[in-house]
Amino acid sequence: MGWFEFVLDRYNYWIVIVLMMTGLYIVFARGNLVKKIVGLNLFQTSVFIFYITIGKIAGGTAPIYIDGELDHGDDAGHGEGVAAGHETVVGDGSESLHQAPAEDGANALPHAEEHASEALSSKIENTFAANDLKAGLESVEPSADAGSLHTAPDGADKIANDSLLHLEKPAAPGFEVEGGADAANALADVVHHSSEVIYTNPLPHVLILTAIVVGVATTAVGLALAVRIREAYGTIEEDELETMDNVAEFGDTAAAGLAS
Amino acid sequence: MNFAEQLPVLPVITPLILAPVTLLLPQGRAPHLFATFVSWLTFAACAFLLAAVSDVGVISYHLGDWAPPLGIEYRIDLANALVLMLVSGIAAVVFPFAYASVRLEIDERQSTFFYCAMLICMTGLLGVTITGDAFNVFVFLEISSLSTYALIAMGARRDRRALTAAFNYLVMGTIGATFFVIGIGLLYQATGTLNMADLHDKLAGNSSRVVGAGFAFIVVGVGLKLAMFPLHLWLPNAYAHAPSAVSAFIAATATKVAVYVLIRFFYSVFGFDFAFEAAAFTWVLLPLGLAGMFVASFVALFQEDVKRMLAYSSVAQIGYMLLGLSFATVEGLTATLVHVFNHALMKGALFMAVACVVFRAGSHSIDAFAGLSKRMPVTTWAFILSGLSLIGVPLTVGFVSKWYLLEAAFAAGHWYAGFLIVASSLIAVLYIGRIAEVMLLREPHEEGRYAIPAKDAPLSMLIPMWVLVGANIYFGVRTGLTVDIATRAAEALMLTAGGAP
Amino acid sequence: MITPGLAIPLALVAPLLGCLAIWLLDKSPNLREGATLITAVVLLALTVMIFLAVGSGQQPGYMLIEVIDGLPIEFKVEPLGAMFAVIASGLWLVNSVYSIGYMRGHNEKNQTRFYMSFAVAISAAIGVAFAANLFTLFIFYEILTLSTFPLVTHYGDEKARKGGRIYLGVLMATSIGLLLPAIVWTYAITGTTDFTVGGILIDHKEAVAPITGVLLGLYAFGIGKAALMPAHPWLPNAMVAPTPVSAFLHAVAVVKAGVFSILKIVVYIFGIDFLTDTGASIPFMWVAAGSILLASAIAMHKDNLKARLAYSTVSQLSYVTLGAMLATQMGVMGGAMQIAAHALGKMTLFMCAGAIYVAHHKTLVSEMRGLGRVMPFTFGAFFLGAMSIIGLPPMAGSWPKFLLMLGAADAGQLAIIAILMISSILNVVYLLSIPVQAFYMSPTVKEEDGGDAKSQGAGGAGIQWGNLKEAPILCIAPPLFTATGAFVLFFFADPLYNYLLPIAGGG
Repeated sequence: MGWFEFVLDRYNYWIVIVLMMTGLYIVFARGNLVKKIVGLNLFQTSVFIFYITIGKIAGGTAPIYIDGELDHGDDAGHGEGVAAGHETVVGDGSESLHQAPAEDGANALPHAEEHASEALSSKIENTFAANDLKAGLESVEPSADAGSLHTAPDGADKIANDSLLHLEKPAAPGFEVEGGADAANALADVVHHSSEVIYTNPLPHVLILTAIVVGVATTAVGLALAVRIREAYGTIEEDELETMDNVAEFGDTAAAGLAS
Repeated sequence: MNFAEQLPVLPVITPLILAPVTLLLPQGRAPHLFATFVSWLTFAACAFLLAAVSDVGVISYHLGDWAPPLGIEYRIDLANALVLMLVSGIAAVVFPFAYASVRLEIDERQSTFFYCAMLICMTGLLGVTITGDAFNVFVFLEISSLSTYALIAMGARRDRRALTAAFNYLVMGTIGATFFVIGIGLLYQATGTLNMADLHDKLAGNSSRVVGAGFAFIVVGVGLKLAMFPLHLWLPNAYAHAPSAVSAFIAATATKVAVYVLIRFFYSVFGFDFAFEAAAFTWVLLPLGLAGMFVASFVALFQEDVKRMLAYSSVAQIGYMLLGLSFATVEGLTATLVHVFNHALMKGALFMAVACVVFRAGSHSIDAFAGLSKRMPVTTWAFILSGLSLIGVPLTVGFVSKWYLLEAAFAAGHWYAGFLIVASSLIAVLYIGRIAEVMLLREPHEEGRYAIPAKDAPLSMLIPMWVLVGANIYFGVRTGLTVDIATRAAEALMLTAGGAP
Repeated sequence: MITPGLAIPLALVAPLLGCLAIWLLDKSPNLREGATLITAVVLLALTVMIFLAVGSGQQPGYMLIEVIDGLPIEFKVEPLGAMFAVIASGLWLVNSVYSIGYMRGHNEKNQTRFYMSFAVAISAAIGVAFAANLFTLFIFYEILTLSTFPLVTHYGDEKARKGGRIYLGVLMATSIGLLLPAIVWTYAITGTTDFTVGGILIDHKEAVAPITGVLLGLYAFGIGKAALMPAHPWLPNAMVAPTPVSAFLHAVAVVKAGVFSILKIVVYIFGIDFLTDTGASIPFMWVAAGSILLASAIAMHKDNLKARLAYSTVSQLSYVTLGAMLATQMGVMGGAMQIAAHALGKMTLFMCAGAIYVAHHKTLVSEMRGLGRVMPFTFGAFFLGAMSIIGLPPMAGSWPKFLLMLGAADAGQLAIIAILMISSILNVVYLLSIPVQAFYMSPTVKEEDGGDAKSQGAGGAGIQWGNLKEAPILCIAPPLFTATGAFVLFFFADPLYNYLLPIAGGG
C-alpha cells in the first residue's frame, strides 16, 4: 500500500490543493462580487496553510520562547526571552541539539529522539543552518524517516540529510552527555537553555503573517469596492454589472455618432 | 551613520514614512505640494543611487544591519538602479502634473487620500525594484497593488465603471500575487532561503519538480501583474477608467516594474542552467510576446476610447519586452531594458496628453479629439510627438528601442521576429495615425458635449508633459545614459545567469 | 569663410531657420514669402558651394552626433548627393517663386503652414542627399515623409484625408516594415551602415550570399518613395495636394530622394560588382521594367492631367531603379542622369498643369483642347518638358535613355532595350498628345463658364495673341525656366557625366 501511504502522509498538501482549487473555482464561477471575495480568501487561505505546512514540525510548539524553568529550574538571564528564543531556532539547529544533552542529559525528555529528528527537519527550512552544513552534500535516506511531517523532495531533502549526517554521531546514541559538550558550552549563554523545547520553523509563520495582513487588506479593499459598486450600480451581480457597462459603452458610441 | 551609507534605503523609506504625513495636512494645495516635494526627494535619492552604482558597482544594503541571507537585503545593481530612476523620475513628473487634473476628476475630500495613496504606490514600486529578497518583492508588490486598486476606484466620480475595473483588477492582481507567493514558498521549500542571490547559489543545478513548479507559479503570477498576453484582461479597463494622472503614472511604471521582476527572476534567480528556462523562453515568452504584439495592437486599432487604445498598446509593447527577453542574449536583454525605460517615457507622455484633453473636453473618447490642433495645439503636438515615438520614428526613444530589438532579433537568428516587430509597429502607425488625423484634420465640434474652448491645458500640466516629451526626444538622440547602462546591466545579468557574455 | 564641411550643417539648418522666420512672419505675407526666397537663395548658394568642392575632388563631411554606438548621424557628400542637393535646392527656389504665384492666385488658406512644411521638407531632402550612412539616410527619409504629410492633406477635406492616409500609410509601411529591417539586418551582418565605395556587403559574402536577393528586395520595395510597383499607390494619391507640392515634392524632392536612395544603396552598400557576381538584381530589373510599362499604360487612360503625370512619374522613376538594377556602370550613370533630367522635365509639366488650373480651373486633359491658343507659353513649356521626358533631343532627357540602353547592352539584356523603346513610344502617346491637342484641336463647345465661352467664341485656328488668357507671370516664368534648363542641360551633359563618373567606379 505504498501509494496509499504516500497519499495519506501528505494529507496537508491535499488540503492545500483542494482549498486552492475550490477558491479559484469560486472566483471564476460565481457572479456575486462578495462571493468572489470569499473565493479569493479561500484561495489565499490555502496558501497560508501551505506555508504553515512548510514550517510545521510535528510536536514542535509555536516559536515563542518557553522559559527553561519548566524543566530544570534555571532562571538566569531571561530578560530578552522572546528575542533569544527566536534567535535560537533561527540560529543553528544542530548546535541547539548539541546543547540539549549537554545541559540536560539527565532530564532527557520522554520523546527526546523524536524531537531530535524533528529539530533536524526544522533545519530543512532553516536558511542559516544550511551554511554550516555545506560539507555533507551527499544524500542519505530521506528525512521522512526521521518522523518529520515534512516530506519535501529534492533540495529540501538534501539539506535535511546533511544535517542528519552532521548530527549522526552526537545525537544518535540516545542523547548522552558526551557529544558536543564543548560546542554547547560555548553557546550556553546565548541560547538560554531554550533548546530542549522544539519549535516549529518560525520564518514561514512570519512570512504568512505578512501575507495574512496583505490578504486582510485585500479583502477590505475588495469589500469596500463591492459596497461602492452597489451604491453606484445598485447590484453586485457580475452579469448585471456587465450588461450595464455594455449599455453605457454602446450608449456612448451612439451618442458620439449622433454628435458627429 | 552617514548619509551615503544609508542612501540605498532612502528611496523606499522617504515616501513610506512621509506618505501618512500627507493625511495630516489640511485639504487644498498642501497635500499636493508635499507629495510633489516627497517625489522629488525620492527622485534625488534614486539619481544619487544610480550615480553611485554606476561608479562602484553593486551596492548591498542590509536592513536593520541583519546580514543576508538572514536579513532583508537591498541589492542595487545597474538594472534596478535604472528602473528606480525611471519610476521615481516618472513620479517626479506626474506629481506636479496631477494637481489640476485631480482637482477636476476627484472629489475634493478624497484628494488628500489620493496623494497619500500615490506615494504609497510609488513606495511599493520602488520597493519591488530595490529589494534583493524574494518575499519582500511580494510585500512591496502588494503595497503598490493595493494602493493602485484604491487609486483606480477613485475614477468613479467621472465614470462608475472605474469601480468594476478596480474590482476586476483586484481579483486578478490578487490571484497573480498569490501565485507568486506560492512560487516563492516552493522555492523556499527547496532551498531554505529567500535571498535572491542566495537562491541563485542554492538553485544551481537544481531542476527538481518543486523548483519547476515554483518557477511556473512565479512566471504566471508575475505574468498577471505585468499583463502578459493573454493575462492582460484587467489592464485596459483599469487604465481607461482610472483618474488621468493615475493612468499616466501606472501605465508608465507598474507594468515596467513587473517586467523587471520577471527579468530578475529569469536571470538573477534561476539562470540558464535551470532546465525550464530555455523552454519558457522558447515556448512561453516568445510566442506570447509575438501574439500580444499583434492581438493587442489590432484590438487597439478598433477602440473608440483613446485611453483604452493606449492601454491595449501597452499590452502590445509589453510583448516587445518579453520578446527581447526571450532571445536570451545580451542584445535582447539590452533591448528589453531600453524599451522598459523608453516605453515608460512615451506612454507617460501620451497618457498625460490625454489627461490634458480630459481636463478641457471632459472625455477621452476619440470624438473629443476632433480638431484638437485648433483648440489645444500644445497638447496636440505633445500627443503627436510621443505618438511618433510609440511608432518608432527616428530621433525618438521609440526608434532606439526598436532598433535594438530588431538588431537583437537578427543577431539571435530570429529574423522572422524582426519582421513581425516592424509589422506590429505598422499597426501602431495606424492607431496613432487615426488619432492624429482626427486631431489635425477634423473640424472641432462647435457645439454639443465635445465642444471645447480654444484654450490649452494649464501650465502646471503642460510643463511636466513637455518635460516627458522632451525626454522622448532627448533620449532618442543621446542614448548614452539609457543604452550604456542597459548594456552594462544586461552584461552583468547575463554573467549571473551563466549565459554567453 | 565658410568651408564646405561647415556648409553641410548650414545647408540643413538654413531651411529650418527659414521655417522659423516664416512662422514668425505669419501676419505679413510679403515678408513671409521674402523669408522663403531668401532662405532658398542661401540654400542654393551653400549647395552649389558644396557641389563645386566635391567637383574639385574633396569629400566634405560633418559628424553631428553619435546616437547609438557605431551609428552616428553623419554627413559625407559624394557627387551623386551633391548633384541631388543642387537640383533640390535650385528647384526649390524656382518652386518658391511659383508657389507664391499659385497660392496667391488661388487664395489658399493655411499658407504659413504650407511654407513651413516646405522648408522642413527641403531640409530633410538635403539630409537624405548628404547622408553618410543608411541610418542617417533613414532618419531624414522619415522626416521627409512626415513633413510632407501636412502638404498632401493641405485642403483638409475628405478627399485630402483619404489621400493623406494612403500617402502616409504606404510610405510608413514600406519604410518601417521593409527598409528598417533591411538596414538593421545589414548592420547586424556587417556592423556598419556607412556608404562605402565598392559596397560593404562584399566583405561579408558568405553571410550575405543566401539573402542577397531578399535584402535587395527589402531595400527596393522598402524605399517606397521610389514608387517601384506595387509600392506606388501613394504617388497618385498625393496629387490631392496643391500643385506646387506635386510639382516640387512629387516630381523632385520626395521621389528623387527615393530613387537616389536606391541608387546609393546599390552602389555603396551592395556594390555593382557584388550584384553582377550574384545576379541578385536581375529579378528587380524585371520588376522595374514591368513597372515602367505598366505605369505608362495606366497613365494613358488617365484623363486627369495630374494623375497622368503622376503615373508618368512612377514610370520614369523606375528608369532609375532599372539603371541601378542593371548593375553596370552605364546603367548607374543613366540612372543618375535620369534623376537630374527627369526633375527638370517633370517639374515643368507639373507647373504647367498648375498654371492651367490657376488660369482656367481645368484639370481634365479632355477639357484642354484648344487651350494652347490662349496659353501658348504654358503649353510651349509643357511641350518642351514632354520632349525631355520622352527622351527626344535636344532635351536633357535623351541622355539617360541613351545611357540606360548602353547599360542594358552591357548587361546583355537586350529585351530591356526593347522595353525602353516601347516605353518611349507610350510616352509620346500620352504626353505629346496634350500640347498637340491644345494647339491644334478646336475647343469642345460645351462649357457653361462665361469666361471660357468668350475664348471659344474667338476660337479660330492659330494662337490668339491679342486674346491671351495666361496664368499670372509668377506661374509661367518658372516652367519656362525649367524647360530652358532641360534644353541647356542637353548640351552640358558631358560635364555632369564626368562629374558623376566616380560613383560608378570610373573617373
